Amino acid sequence: MATKKFMFVNRKAPYGTVYALESLEVVLIAAAFEQDVSLAFVGDGVYEIVKGQSTDGIGMKNFSPTYKALGDYEVTKLYVEKESLEARGLTLDDLMDLVWEDEDEDYAEKPSIRLVSAAELAAVFDEQDVVLSF
Amino acid sequence: MSTLHTVNKSPFERDSLSSCIRLAAKGSAILLIEDGALGAMAGTDHSDMVSGVMKDVSVYVLGPDLAARGMSEDRVIDGIQVVDYSGFVELTTKHDTCQSWL
Repeated sequence: MATKKFMFVNRKAPYGTVYALESLEVVLIAAAFEQDVSLAFVGDGVYEIVKGQSTDGIGMKNFSPTYKALGDYEVTKLYVEKESLEARGLTLDDLMDLVWEDEDEDYAEKPSIRLVSAAELAAVFDEQDVVLSF
Repeated sequence: MSTLHTVNKSPFERDSLSSCIRLAAKGSAILLIEDGALGAMAGTDHSDMVSGVMKDVSVYVLGPDLAARGMSEDRVIDGIQVVDYSGFVELTTKHDTCQSWL
């Protein structure tokens, strides 16, 4: 099967709507079909990967730990738009420590999150075969 | 008459918080719930708008919704009170009407 470049654009805060969780489900499916999968976190989507999420009080499943498993599915490119973080008073330190293991370098842990400007992200979008927005 | 306004949408995604702030009468209260809780955070593009209304309107945020989203209570805008579910109930009983900005 031909490999295509898939980009999943995450634009909604988690828990208030089901978009964030649904996107994650489709990402895992695409990865299972061995596609070249990237994720972008834009707008309120940056809230999806904020660390310290604790959903005990709202009776919903905390799905944020699933993002930590993406590296094991060879999903290693998570683009975060800098402008979106800044508008929300957030920095990289507020995001989960998401890494992948590079088997070519003795399983060295490498960061999955790539902080990019809007202009840089536009260029990444432009390289994709398929872009799906959630 | 005093009204409790509830806002459940992120201020970045919808204009429900800005409409509510514009139209809330003096002496009413605004409770931020669900994704609306994100509007309670300091240092965002919308923080000044929220701070600005607080001389006329009491603003509250639901703590469990902050926690679910990984938002620390320490970084809530000064003067916003964090309440739990029983605080939510208490607010509804203290006000004559409730207006939900869906």
